[in-house]
Formats: sequence, C-alpha cells, structure tokens
Amino acid sequence: MKKKIPSAWKSIRLGIIILMTLVVFAYGFQVTKINLDEFRKESRQESRVRVIRALARPDILEYQQVETSVAAPLYIPCQTVESKNPSFDQSQPYILLIPACGAPGEYIQVEGFNFPPGLKGLVYFIPSPDPNDKLALQRGNVQTDHQGHFVYELQLPDRHSDQVQYLRVVVRQNVGHPHFSDAAIETWDKIIETLFLALLATTIGTLLAIPISFLAARNLMKDVKSSLTQISLMIIGLTLGIYFSMTIARWMRGIADLVRDDLTSTIIVAVFCGLASYNLFRYGFYKPENGKSFGVRVYLPQVAQICALLFTFQFLFLICQVGIQTGLTITPRLGNLAFLGNFITRFSDLINTSLPTIIALSGGAIMGGLSSYCGRRVSEKLPQKLLKWINFGFSIAAGVTICLIIGSAIGWLYEIQNETQIRLIPASIGALIGAMISLSTKPKEPLPIGLAIYSITRLVLNAVRSIEALIMAIVAVIWVGIGPFAGVLALGLHTIAALAKLYSEQVESILPGPLEAIKATGANRLQTIVYAVIPQIIPPYISFTMYRWDMNVRMSTIIGFAGGGGIGFLLIQNINLLNYRAASTQMLAIAIVVATMDYLSSWMRGKFV
Amino acid sequence: MLSVNNLTKIYPGDVPALDRVSFDVPDGQFLAVIGLSGAGKSTLLRCINRLIEPTAGQIIWNGVEITSATEEELREIRRKIGMVFQNFNLVYRSKVITNVLAGRLGYINPAWSLINHFPHEDVQKALTQLERVGIADKAQARVDELSGGQQQRVGIARALMQDPQMILADEPVASLDPALAHSIMHYLEVINKEEGVTVICSLHFLDLVHRYADRVIALKEGQLVFEGRPEEIDDYRFKEIYGTDAERVG
Ligand SMILES: Nc1ncnc2c1ncn2[C@@H]1O[C@H](COP(=O)(O)OP(=O)(O)O)[C@@H](O)[C@H]1O
Ligand SMILES: [Mg+2]
Repeated sequence: MKKKIPSAWKSIRLGIIILMTLVVFAYGFQVTKINLDEFRKESRQESRVRVIRALARPDILEYQQVETSVAAPLYIPCQTVESKNPSFDQSQPYILLIPACGAPGEYIQVEGFNFPPGLKGLVYFIPSPDPNDKLALQRGNVQTDHQGHFVYELQLPDRHSDQVQYLRVVVRQNVGHPHFSDAAIETWDKIIETLFLALLATTIGTLLAIPISFLAARNLMKDVKSSLTQISLMIIGLTLGIYFSMTIARWMRGIADLVRDDLTSTIIVAVFCGLASYNLFRYGFYKPENGKSFGVRVYLPQVAQICALLFTFQFLFLICQVGIQTGLTITPRLGNLAFLGNFITRFSDLINTSLPTIIALSGGAIMGGLSSYCGRRVSEKLPQKLLKWINFGFSIAAGVTICLIIGSAIGWLYEIQNETQIRLIPASIGALIGAMISLSTKPKEPLPIGLAIYSITRLVLNAVRSIEALIMAIVAVIWVGIGPFAGVLALGLHTIAALAKLYSEQVESILPGPLEAIKATGANRLQTIVYAVIPQIIPPYISFTMYRWDMNVRMSTIIGFAGGGGIGFLLIQNINLLNYRAASTQMLAIAIVVATMDYLSSWMRGKFV
Repeated sequence: MLSVNNLTKIYPGDVPALDRVSFDVPDGQFLAVIGLSGAGKSTLLRCINRLIEPTAGQIIWNGVEITSATEEELREIRRKIGMVFQNFNLVYRSKVITNVLAGRLGYINPAWSLINHFPHEDVQKALTQLERVGIADKAQARVDELSGGQQQRVGIARALMQDPQMILADEPVASLDPALAHSIMHYLEVINKEEGVTVICSLHFLDLVHRYADRVIALKEGQLVFEGRPEEIDDYRFKEIYGTDAERVG
C-alpha cells in the first residue's frame, strides 16, 4: 500500500476551509444576535423562573375555595390615641399586631390565631381607612401551623397617613372534590375543534387530491395524445360549456328561489325532479345489448344522461333550500343536539353555494368532452388537405379563446379598462399562436396533450406546496375571517397539493403489467384506471392519508397562531396575556393529542399496508 | 386471417426491435413464435393489438386494418383478441372473479363497470370459465393468495371472457414450473382445437413447440429467419435461429 503524505497544498487548503467556516459562523452569530447579556439580566431570570414554574403547573384541576380573611387596623406612624389592637372574639380567627403602629421601615410582629391549620396565606397592606378597599398590596406569605397559628415579621411600608390603615391576612382552603378549571374546559373544546379541523381538511384534501394525482402521474398521461382538431375543439367546448352552464345554473337558482318560501311546493318540485332524474338515468345507463343500434337512437341515452344531470342539479338546488329551511326551523328545538340542525343548515348552504361552480365545471367537462369527441371523429374521417384548413380555423379560435380569458384576468387584476389592451391585443396574440401551431403541425399528428397537462399540474402543485399552511392561513383569514373555517381552507389546500404529489408518485410506481392487460381487453381509459390502477394504489393511498391526517393535526394545533382557529388560537392568546398556567394546559393537551395521533396513525398504517 | 406486412418497430433511441417482418396466420392456426430473448417476440405480439404502436408496416385482420384503426375501432378489435402474459399481469390485490370479469370490460356499459357492476350473465360466464380452468373454488380468493400455475389459469380465464377470435400468448409458461407448463398449454390447445380460436404463442422450449404448434416462425434480432412446420427445425436451422453456441435440449 502506498503511504499518503499530506502535501503542503493540502494543509493550506484545510486551513483555508477551517478559516472560512469560522468566518461564516462568526457572521451567523452576528446576524442571529447571539448575545448572553440579555439572557443573564435579572429581569429575564425572574420571568424565566416565573414562566417555567407556571408551565410546570398546568391549570387543569381546581378546588372550590373557602377564604378566611381577617383585617386589623394599623397606624403609620403611631398616633397619640388608640394605637392598639381592638379586642377580638377569641373563638374566631383573628390577628394581633404587636405593636399596632410604627414608623415606616420599622418591624412589627403579626401573629394569627384560630386560622385553618397547615395552610399558606397571604398578607396584604390596605392603604385606606376602609378595610374592604379593593387596593391591597401584597406584603408576604404566612404558613399556619397545626393549631392554625402563625407569626410574621412585617416591615411597615412607606405609607404615611393620619387615618387608620389596615393589614389583612387571607388564607384559602380547598373544599370538596377537585373539578376541571375553566381553562381545562376551554382547552377541551378547542382540542375537539382542532381535531375536526384536521379531519375536515384531510377529507377535503384527499377527495380532491385523488383525481388530481392521476393528472400528475407521468405513466398515465404520457400516452394521452390528441390531434390538434380535437384539442382546439375541446378548449372552445370547455369555455362555452362553462359559460352556458353558468347561465343554466342561474336559471335553476331562479326556479328554486321561486318556490323557496313555500316548503310544501319546494318539496313537491324536488320530488318531481328527483324522480325525473332517476328515471332518465336508468334509461341513459340501460344495459346495452351486445349488438349495435342505428341512427339517431344511438345518441338517445347520452341525451337522457344530460337531461338526468340537469334534473339532478335542479333537485339539489331545491333540496338545499329544504335543508336550509328545515335546519333553521329545527335548530332551536333540538336543545343539546342543536349542532345537528346547524349542520343541516350549514351543509345545505355550502352545497347551495358551490352548486353553480359544480354545474359550470360539469357543463364545461361535458361540452369539452363532446366537442373533443367531434374533433376526433372529424380528424379521423376527413382528408388531410381539408383538415389542414379546418385545423387552421379551430386552432385560431382556440388560441383567441385562451388569450381572451387570460386578457380579462389581467385586465381585472390590474384594473385595466382599455378595450384594446384587454381584448384586441390578446385576441391577436392568440390568433397568431393558434395559426402558428396549426401551420407547424401535421393535420393528424397526435400531440402530447397528456404530457402538457401533466407538466402544468406538477408545476401548480409544486408552487402551492411550497407555501406553508401557516401562511395560507393568513390569506384565508382575509378571505373568510378569523376562525376554524380559515384553518380548514388553508390546511385543505396545502393537503391537496402535498397529497396529490405523494399519490401521483405512487401511481407512477405501479406495476405496468396489469395496465397493459386491462388495455388489451378493449377497456377504455377510465376503466383501465378503475380496474388496473386503483386496486394497486389503495394501500399506499390509505397510508399517506393517515400520515397526512397526523400531520394536519399537528399543523392545526398551531394554525390558530395565524388566526385559523383551533387550540393554537387559545394558546397564543394566553401567552400574550401572560396567562402561563392556562397556556401550559394547552401545550400539554397539544402534546398528548399529537403523540396519540402519531401512535394511532403509525399503528393504522401498520394494519393497512 | 391475420396478415402482417413489413412490420417494423424502432424504439426511441433507435433500437430496432422488428425489421420488416411479414407473415400470414390462417384462422384457427396455432402459431408458435420462437427466438432468443431480445429477438422481438414480445414486441411482435404487442404490435398485433397495438399495445405498442408499430413504426411502419401493416397488420390486417379479417379485412380490417388494425394499424390504421381509430381509438374506438381499436377497442372493438382488442376485445376480440385475448392476451396471456408471461407475468400473468393480474391485479394482485383484486379478487380472482374481478380479474376474470375484467375480460368483459370492452363489451359492457362503461358507466356500470366503473362501479364494479357486471351483468348477471357475465358473472355466470366468469364462474364457468373458472370451472373450465379448474379453479372454480378460488373465485372469491385474492389473486396474491394463488400459486403461479393458478394465476396463469386466471389469466387464461380472463382472455376467454373476451369471446376471443384470437389469443396472443407471450411466453405463457416461461415463469412457471416446467411440470406445470403442459397443463397450461393444454388449455390453449383445447381452445384452439375445439373452438377454432387462432393462437399466436411465443415459446422458449422447442419440445413445447413440437407438441402444440401447427406452424412456427422464428425471429432473430427483429428479422424473420424461419417460417415453417415444427418438424422442419433441424440442427442446422436450430443453430441459425439460436446462434452457434446454443445446445439443443428437449
Ligand atoms: N420499451 C422499450 N424501449 C426500448 N427498447 C425496448 C423496449 N422494449 C423492448 N426493447 C428492446 O427491443 C428488443 C426486443 O425486445 P422484446 O420484444 O422484449 O424481445 P423478446 O420478447 O423476444 O425477448 C430488445 O432489444 C429490447 O431491449
Ligand atoms: Mg419477451
């Protein structure tokens, strides 16, 4: 073996590295202001001790207390008359001041009798002729012996007065059984709120993350290719679909509003719509014969499905009205179960509010799907030459559509009123891009639209994921106000992004074999996902969801710092109010919940996978 | 009849896997495809139902050009072609019956299939097919509880569910115990002989080729180097197909 001889260069290099590290650290000390002077200050030390002691005594249980409070007159300085203790009922607690007057700074002896035995008490000086005056200055502690007797040396305060002043001794005695303190009860309420906040955020996040994760999985998206005709028609169809369905949604809401005030007719119309949609759906999904039907009849089931969907939405609008009304009516009568009535109202309202969006999206999806289907048929059937011209037209139209949308978004954001800037310029740019794309591709060439969607989805997910939930909470608070709802929104959004990423990685790592086999049976894309992909990803999805719930509980305990509701809100309040014993209770609760969730989620993950 | 004309596949990165392969398969024939691994057998079989898009060439089946079929036409063609894989390609976490029923996906109403609803006749049919391959008692078991031989039977049952006119089998017995090979090949033979289903099967062992195939084609580095009856493969041909280092076994 060759022996290594450290060369001079090596030593110099090492020296330089050490020196540079030192400089970096020194600068780090400078910018992070590491300085122990503040740490050593007396006031810091005092507050440190106070806080640590308070934290060690979380405010959970308390006793009902009986107070033994005795006052005795005191003169500072001594008056010529009456400077002695009054006489006392010797069977009751009483204190003797020896002497009962003195100059400021002098010591007197305070002796107590017949107090409850073995307890701590407080000595107050009351600078007022009224012994029950609110202003009481704490002077020290006493400890009663087993006979209820104590002796205390009091240094007289610098409070001259011609009048009588008082000295009061208060001993508190716990009676009865311990019970939960207000802080503990409040903490419990907020912990429940925290857990449900996390639960809702996780549920919403999971539900939305699942479909998104398929869009963000490369192995599923890379084969999705469409011709330019199809893509352009889909963009146009999607936009028009969203636009028209928004109009339809308005009409539907109008119909629901018409009958709103009369519960009976609302229910009748709702039942009618429900039945209509049920029957149309049954017809639309009627089991096919293996043969083919001909002519217009082929499309009847599709038409029925769309009508069924329309009736379903109308039904939902009406049912929401019924829900809101019912909830409002029954809530006051439910007593302890009022939250159920409340839930019905809130949930119906939520659906009612989000229905137009759902309708718009479904309408967009349906129109987009239909026009994309037409586009495919067109590009399959027509000859190249003709298609080239058709593509040219559609592609320009699609480009204009997209750019107009972007243009109006920019116009809205920057409050531009100028028509040229938000209409004409984007439209011409869009037309130009569309024309260029249609000229630079072959008419039937399959374009990798799947990969494009995949990349955009990934980009958006990464962007959203890089924003901390706590920061999202600040934004959500501006949107919907302080409270747990803001927390749910913020955590939910973060969960969508984070889970969609994790999920899509799972989709990417599935076995390709079953996918291939299901495709080979003639299954369509959606069937392939349901039969080959989903069974493979269920265990990791469950495991990630558990993990995320665990994380969301953790996050929801502090999301309140930013106004997002939950226990964090209480904690930060108590810290700001210097109410450290209550804060300690909340920290303890957080620790217990987080540890329990940690254990539970790992246990459940172990069970499922 | 299936006719393959000048079929060429070049994988990304200029890997030529098939080079102007042409051959015909009459209906009802049991065609074996042989060749070293990497010769292009799997690629050839997957080009026939376009699980892999061919780079050039034509595949015509009963007058329909598979290579130019649209997506929808392709699905209708695929559902008539059963496929059996070397690694079974079953969904391991699903039940046997679900895997078998998946063979009907090309036929049934897509909307129903998404909620795992199959017509009653199809469920009956699946049970019949499982009985046929001798594992009717395993219908409700999960696939990963089955042995390799049983799994391949599930694979065959799935292909049979398609009412196939042709079966593509990509080394169906290569990951099985040789003792089990015959029982699996036997099912393919029965389907071929009794129902007249065309079978195109890539195989590793020549004795299996001799025992089951009506005709053989051999691939070498993506080119068709032999086409004929199994008996015609003599020592000279063997060395031509498998290379001079190869020893004949079986
Ligand atoms: N997806 C792929 N990408 C690139 N090359 C591939 C791919 N699949 C197979 N090949 C190559 O194509 C050739 C033929 O492979 P294959 O058809 O699997 O052969 P066989 O089934 O006869 O073993 C091999 O050289 C292989 O490396
Ligand atoms: Mg192979």
